[in-house]
Amino acid sequence: MTRPVDPAAGAERFLAREEHEATHDRLVWGLRQKRDAGVATIAEWEELRELASRIKEHTLAHLDRYLEQFEANATKRGTHVHWARDAAEHNVIVHEILRARGAQSLIKSKSMLQEECGMAAYLEARGIEVTDSDLGERIQQLSREPPSHIVIPAIHKLRTDVAALFARELGTDPDDTEPRTLVEAMRRNARPRFLRADAGMTGANFAVAETGGFVVCTNEGNADIGAAVPPLHVASIGIEKLIPRARDLGVFVRMLSRSALGSPITQYTSHFHGPRRGGELHVVLVDNRRSERLGQPEFWPVLKCIRCGACMNTCPVFRRAGGLSYDATYAGPIGVILDPGFDRSKYRELPFHSSLCGSCSDVCPVKIDIAGQIYAWRRVIAGDGLVPLAKRAGMRALGATLARPAAFRAAEAAAHAALRTAPRALLYNGLNAWGRGRELPAVPEQTFREWYLEHRRMS
Amino acid sequence: MSARDDILAAVRRNLPRTDALLPEIPRFAGGGEPAVEYFRTRLELMGGRSMEVPTVAAAEATIGELFPDARVVCSAVPEIAGTRRIEQVRDPHELHDVEVGVFRARLGVAEAGAVWVTQEDLVVNALAFLSQHLVVLLDPAAIVNTLHDAYDRMDCSASPYGVLMAGPSATGDIEGVIIRGAQGARSLTVLLLTDSTARNTATA
Ligand code: SF4
Repeated sequence: MTRPVDPAAGAERFLAREEHEATHDRLVWGLRQKRDAGVATIAEWEELRELASRIKEHTLAHLDRYLEQFEANATKRGTHVHWARDAAEHNVIVHEILRARGAQSLIKSKSMLQEECGMAAYLEARGIEVTDSDLGERIQQLSREPPSHIVIPAIHKLRTDVAALFARELGTDPDDTEPRTLVEAMRRNARPRFLRADAGMTGANFAVAETGGFVVCTNEGNADIGAAVPPLHVASIGIEKLIPRARDLGVFVRMLSRSALGSPITQYTSHFHGPRRGGELHVVLVDNRRSERLGQPEFWPVLKCIRCGACMNTCPVFRRAGGLSYDATYAGPIGVILDPGFDRSKYRELPFHSSLCGSCSDVCPVKIDIAGQIYAWRRVIAGDGLVPLAKRAGMRALGATLARPAAFRAAEAAAHAALRTAPRALLYNGLNAWGRGRELPAVPEQTFREWYLEHRRMS
Repeated sequence: MSARDDILAAVRRNLPRTDALLPEIPRFAGGGEPAVEYFRTRLELMGGRSMEVPTVAAAEATIGELFPDARVVCSAVPEIAGTRRIEQVRDPHELHDVEVGVFRARLGVAEAGAVWVTQEDLVVNALAFLSQHLVVLLDPAAIVNTLHDAYDRMDCSASPYGVLMAGPSATGDIEGVIIRGAQGARSLTVLLLTDSTARNTATA
């Protein structure tokens, strides 16, 4: 059995330096607030969510047909379409495309799928120079760390961290921590790499069945550089990225950046329909257990995800613990429900890395019941007998108590009393990892039940 | 079995049972402000700027005023000479030293502050990404309100490459501080050709 990741220990590492936690919390919550402001500019937001959810559900229910349609139309436009059952096949296909053309260096824009496949390490081991072209991704690459957030990969780092990193890697002044100078330094360092790259790789946000094209959304324009400058463009696309019609893009493009950053659109929303003039275009359609997920009645809706990151930004656990604490490709609420599908044993702790507050479900633009999925994963993992040790003793008692209302009420009253007298000793006893780095909120005067009964009497 | 057939078979075996029909997308009205004004404020929000010029000839003069020191101005607009013609460029790498890239957009999208530009407009797509600064010519009559309108109008599959471009390249990757000019263009100026509307309607 795989050794499980330890998110509590990861969170503790992150929390050890207080200024990191405070800034991370502020920045990530700031994104949530920007998202709210962006959403408020659209009267029909809820209608769009419903449309987006239904379009995705419909597509997934007919995915075989839409994949075939996409392949046929893409091929007609001169795009080479490849299929990969899993991460290993994906990497072999990409390497073979590069090898056959003598490509030695590659620039890649952000692709969570390529992260999922461990592509960069695979190619580097075969002598190919891989340069991330997104600034945040490049920061993470130079730090030899995975991205901590699917939209803003280095959001857990302070400007002083970046300045120290660039001083070491690019020879900049370590005392100049001005973001503008740092961005400029990277621009100057990256340009020659862009110009000498033999190939550009991208992911895709959407693939359109009826046109055989795909869409990539970035703010830096780095995906476009990879597609426009080197002669070869390879895009990795998860099979769940399909949507039926070009018209559907209106719905998703309107929602994606508003959900992610609050802006009405990303700076660049690029549409690729066949190779550019003088170029060559390859698409690798990747399954990597997505088809398996499709067959799980409880869990297939997660395939609707458009990777906007809104659920991460709103998550109280993510904000405090940082993305690297999940020790997985996908962090935050979306990670908690995706990762166990890749390796249930390894990621068995993640569904417990959540307060089940439900805020993620509220902000999800495609209406995934994320909190419900987290809960469902807890049940699956408990069914495997894999409940985390620290939780098992308490959960058994909790299960027994919840099953008997009278006992629950007694326990509730007792707990309420206990919380007021000796909360720290009980919660911060070293068994409960969540106590670490957290303070308890003030205890209300009444339990919920007392409040409810009183208010029912009054009304 | 090939990977393709395997994947399709696995997908077919596992199709979720849901009766979700493909919904029609209703017409959403959008902001309500006049499209041109809305476009201009949104573009500014995205870090771009816009100016009104009467004609393409006036646009050329404006480019000279905006970038008086530019040594390499590469133009994809037939009426604007620049110092380098895009038609002469054989390989995208030749654009590495371009200071100002000039091209036309086909459409503007007010709610997004974005212009729609295709390979036909750029001739060499890298013009929009290797140039330090961009100047885009746009007919204000070609501004639509919402992205829905845009997708109805522009046929995003007509060209091998098409991009909705909203302002210059930007990043917030270091402590969320927005910096324009991350990897692509440092600035984007849209010149609205105010007389072209009259001319177009006159010739239509
Ligand atoms: S689960 Fe929803 S909110 Fe989270 S990244 Fe995916 S689409 Fe966005």
